[in-house]
Amino acid sequence: MSVIVTDEGFGQDDWNGTYASLEDGGAPGIDLPSDTDPAALAALPEGTSMVRIAFPSSADGRGFTLARLLRMRGYRGRLRAQGHLIADQYAMARRCGFDEVEIDDALAERQPEDQWLFRANWQAHDYQARVRG
Amino acid sequence: MYRYDDFDAAFVAERNRQFRAQVERRIDGSLTEEEFKPLRLMNGLYLQLHAYMLRVAIPYGTLRSAQMTQLAYIADKWDKGYGHFTTRQNIQYNWPKLRDIPDMLDALAEVEMHAIQTSGNTIRNVTADHFAGAAEDEVADPRPVAELIRQWSTDHPEFQFMPRKFKIAVTGSPNDRAVTAAHDIGIRIVERDGEIGYQVLVGGGLGRTPMIGKVISDFVSGDDLLPYLEAIVSVWNVLGRRDNKFKSRIKITVHEHGIDAIRDLVEERFAEVKPLFSGVDQEMLAAITAQFAAPEFRQAPTDAYDAAYESDPTFRAWADTNLFAHRADGYAIAQISLKAHGETPGDATSEQMRVMADLAERFGHDELRISHEQNVVLPHVHKSDLPEVHKILKAHRLATANIGLVSDIIACPGMDYCALATARSIPIAQQIATRFDELKIEHEIGDLKIKISGCINACGHHHVGHIGILGLDRAGVENYQVTLGGDHTETASLGERTGPGFSADEIVGAVETIVETYMSERESAEETFIQTYRRVGMAPFKAALYPEKAKADAEARANAA
Amino acid sequence: MPRKFTPKVITGNALLEGDVVYLAADDSWTRELSQAELITDEADAQVRLIDAQARVGEVTGVYLADMAEGETGPEPTHFREDFRRTGPSNYFLGKQAS
Ligand code: SF4
Repeated sequence: MSVIVTDEGFGQDDWNGTYASLEDGGAPGIDLPSDTDPAALAALPEGTSMVRIAFPSSADGRGFTLARLLRMRGYRGRLRAQGHLIADQYAMARRCGFDEVEIDDALAERQPEDQWLFRANWQAHDYQARVRG
Repeated sequence: MYRYDDFDAAFVAERNRQFRAQVERRIDGSLTEEEFKPLRLMNGLYLQLHAYMLRVAIPYGTLRSAQMTQLAYIADKWDKGYGHFTTRQNIQYNWPKLRDIPDMLDALAEVEMHAIQTSGNTIRNVTADHFAGAAEDEVADPRPVAELIRQWSTDHPEFQFMPRKFKIAVTGSPNDRAVTAAHDIGIRIVERDGEIGYQVLVGGGLGRTPMIGKVISDFVSGDDLLPYLEAIVSVWNVLGRRDNKFKSRIKITVHEHGIDAIRDLVEERFAEVKPLFSGVDQEMLAAITAQFAAPEFRQAPTDAYDAAYESDPTFRAWADTNLFAHRADGYAIAQISLKAHGETPGDATSEQMRVMADLAERFGHDELRISHEQNVVLPHVHKSDLPEVHKILKAHRLATANIGLVSDIIACPGMDYCALATARSIPIAQQIATRFDELKIEHEIGDLKIKISGCINACGHHHVGHIGILGLDRAGVENYQVTLGGDHTETASLGERTGPGFSADEIVGAVETIVETYMSERESAEETFIQTYRRVGMAPFKAALYPEKAKADAEARANAA
Repeated sequence: MPRKFTPKVITGNALLEGDVVYLAADDSWTRELSQAELITDEADAQVRLIDAQARVGEVTGVYLADMAEGETGPEPTHFREDFRRTGPSNYFLGKQAS
């Protein structure tokens, strides 16, 4: 099982759709590995309503760039970061355009809800918001 | 000088609050060491050989006297009464305890300083010319744009977990004192048809695979700069290799893909990123620039200076080596050497920090700079005050007249502190300086830069030293490899290896041999080491360093004939 | 023939203080190399290391360091470990001063 983290804290997964890879398509959800080539994002099928980007390790920050690229290129559906993210990365994920983070139970137990809620204030103190205007 | 506004202050306070919680979570087990490590690194906290080390940013090398005083206070209260200034315009404390770090960070915040992004795989402290705003030769002061880049790069959500670290340096002068060609991104302020813009270099860096940066754009206009930088870093964040940490820096990415391919990717990304910038950053830049307005320079006679220069040979020697031309009449840039012969390069005691802070306050329009050469600079001193400044410096062992000379050595901490080191650097620097002081020839030798690193990572910039020394571990024994002909300026070049390395006992003698060879080869006292080296090449130095090899070669040639 | 196993000690840095510690035979952490347990069996060293690395609330950066048997306990075979048990050479600080 996994836990979905949003600004409200921990919740259940309310997404019932299926996932497919970018190459296969044919599902409302798309799973992207962290080493996805940015150029390949152009192949995102019309009507995709969920994109889930993998974070195989908390040190692998490629997903942050992929998320921003998707948003810059006009994707407005749900965007989820999945895997080994830590609570301290929650603000980064939100600022890069993710709506939510999916973590497994073991991580949720070690880093309980309050540690994630600590960064629910991600809109505050944001230099990017300031320099971009 | 730049002062924090409410936003900056609240940001740093919030960040410190987060780090305090992270430290507690590490101690209570919520964070594993693997998870904590990038977080502590992002906040400047390393684990070294003997203890933790806290690296504090001195953005673009600029300090107010109150900040320097606070650095002294921190050294006394939580460390062992001294600090080490580095080639990246940081100060390092070598002995803090984990639980004290949040308090140290709060103390820094009191004077608008922090340790954010001085480490980790993020964009590091932005460095700049240490003579910024004072030098005669500059196109524009690089600090306002460096501050803007600091704000843009701080806590940038996309760039906190990159393939590797990322370093940016800015120069506002055609005479590059910020080593821009050895940075992931080097920025040179240029003027074109009356418009100020930026020449951007990418893919420079020292370390295992040293590379000189390549020009990716000759002219980026002001309002394009942040989106352009963002495009570069964003392209590399995905493209840069994560499978091998020795191949992850952008210099390798540029090398593997070619500068033209990288430029195309960057241009493409730039087109996407640019619309996200409303242009408000240019208003911010204007406001920041106003804060860096030059102080009110004094009009006064310089008789006191002239008299001391005439009558006091110690003062004269110091003035000749340690002063640099200032853009205002009657003023000088005064460099304070942290390289007293036999001392640790770049170290200052808390008392010395207070003395320098006091001098800046009384005689220097309250400004101090830290140079990448590990010295301190009083950028604006009226000449009439220099005799008094010199007297006070002398009383605190801060008046060594050796800037740019053979004993003004850059040395990284090496194996005396650094967990990554393969050999020591500090004792080698101490011995070389002491030796040349005994010989009393350093003024005669003239401009000569020795740079020492304690491992391949090259924090001591050895590749760009006129004489570079790299400490290695050869089968459990310290061994020192020598390079000649490196150059860290706008004519940047990488040094060439002389041949086999030298043991710790031999290295000082080897340096002496190199210097003697230069002295006998030079055409006149005006021809500097690097000029002579470029004219005569490696051969005479090799012959002098490895006489047996030279002899054997000569015999072989004779036999063959 | 298998290569002869170089004796080892288990060492790391204390989590809170950051200074160098060594594992003693009674599983306590000591600040003195001479008090450290010299492990002469390879399998034993690996098991002891795994257990020591799991003590994340006490220490960090735990590893096996080569040592030789000396008169007053383990002696470093490499200069790096010699510096770690002594302190920096430019100032009289660290272990040499305590
Ligand atoms: S060059 Fe090597 S030894 Fe020197 S400070 Fe850098 S990492 Fe440490």
